[in-house]
Amino acid sequence: MRAGMQTAVVEPAPAAIASSPALVSDSPLEALLRAGTFAITAELNPPDSADPKDVYAAARPLLPVADSLNATDASGANCHMSSIGICALLTRAGHSTIYQISCRDRNRIAIQGDVLGAAAMGVKNMLCLTGDGVGVGDQPGAKPVFDFDSLSLLRTIRQMRDEGTFLSGRKLTTPPRLFLGAAENPCVPPHDWRPHRLAKKIAAGADFIQTNYIFDIPLFEKFMSRVRDEGLDKKVYILAGVGPLASGRAARWMRKNVPGIHIPDDVIARVEGAADQAAEGKRLCVELIQEIRAIAGVSGVHVMAYRREHEVADIVERSGILKERKILA
Amino acid sequence: MLYLRNLANRRARQFEWLYQCLESVLAAMDPLFARVGYSRIERPVAFVERNVKGLLFDCKMCGQCVLSSTGMSCPMNCPKQLRNGPCGGVRPGGYCEVKPEMRCVWALAWEGAARMTSGRRIDVVLPPVDRRLEGSSSWLRASRERAEQNRARKASGERGRLTLARTFWEARRIEPSSAPEAPESDLDRRSAR
Repeated sequence: MRAGMQTAVVEPAPAAIASSPALVSDSPLEALLRAGTFAITAELNPPDSADPKDVYAAARPLLPVADSLNATDASGANCHMSSIGICALLTRAGHSTIYQISCRDRNRIAIQGDVLGAAAMGVKNMLCLTGDGVGVGDQPGAKPVFDFDSLSLLRTIRQMRDEGTFLSGRKLTTPPRLFLGAAENPCVPPHDWRPHRLAKKIAAGADFIQTNYIFDIPLFEKFMSRVRDEGLDKKVYILAGVGPLASGRAARWMRKNVPGIHIPDDVIARVEGAADQAAEGKRLCVELIQEIRAIAGVSGVHVMAYRREHEVADIVERSGILKERKILA
Repeated sequence: MLYLRNLANRRARQFEWLYQCLESVLAAMDPLFARVGYSRIERPVAFVERNVKGLLFDCKMCGQCVLSSTGMSCPMNCPKQLRNGPCGGVRPGGYCEVKPEMRCVWALAWEGAARMTSGRRIDVVLPPVDRRLEGSSSWLRASRERAEQNRARKASGERGRLTLARTFWEARRIEPSSAPEAPESDLDRRSAR
């Protein structure tokens, strides 16, 4: 029985082999990554508004440099305009979006329906997330759902895409063509098991990964070296998360209050010690992008500049990535 | 009962052995269970299971026990009830994002799995919980599912369950009761309750 178990684990997915075409989706982001371009995605700050103009305004500073925009799904368990609404507006305006799905607020019935709805409205990328606990948000009394977790969600959407059925077995007349993403947080415990969990996400169906903030380059390098040893960087596109720190105080606040954020003390000290803390935070972000660019196996960066979206274009420009892309093209 | 829960996790290899024995015995008893009637023995067995596993693992009686795939750390004690953890919110030292005073259930799970002979089972993607099975005996389900696996495969008639079992085929193989196929005679009665 044990021998049987071992093979069960390493056996490749029959579905995946049967249906591994060059492109799994119609996503320009997928085409870009497959072509070997160092990709740039950026997180959009969702408005607390019912006006579509506010969505366009939030997207405007990011559009010149980002290959795709992430629309967060009530991140930090705070209520904002829905990810699906933002994606619908932006895809219709011709922009590439990444629809974030958190397992915290909706059950399997709602989520599978939304996957179809979003795909019908033109969404081509989806990021499957567990979601932060409700307690950290603006409505801590809410009922946490967590019917799926990020992995069972990935596997379910892959089933919809590749086999054309709901999890119930009911057939889809037109399956969605999607580029599937998952998150990874290489810098929080249990560090030893993070590469294994990444492998598990690939097995569940992840085509690309966007990581949480990377402020600890040595720790991330250690993670990536294990990822390369396992050959995982050949199976999934990894986009490393970065962002500018507004000030030392803001960094401390984030580290204390936002789940899953690891910022080393010396990084905070560097920002705190500068005369112009915001400028130093920005400079740090540029350097982080350059250092990440040099790490083998990383396919891009994901810029999360909460309330500093106006800085993103300048940060990306200064990092030299765009120049390099122009030369290579 | 945190002490016992931690003990079970630290002694994951011994508990794994114990569990494998139990499962073999239960699978072998399927003909007897089937003759007496699974629905007739459901309540007394569930009662025993609830108390034994409640004591040892803080079991929440999800009815789809996967302890041998989670380092003998019960995933239903995770505040997000993740079946494939840990999440990205684990605090320094391996503490829970939601309950900062508690060690992360899934950090413990991976540590426990490293001590187990078949610990690599933790690499398999587990399906979401079928909430209709909450409160029912996972032991009996495991017995029935193992027996079903050993028998010639026959169409169970419920397409939804077959799709879920196929979607999570690796999990079906190692933890059959996490993605069950065998007919559940008393499922309607339970969900009506």
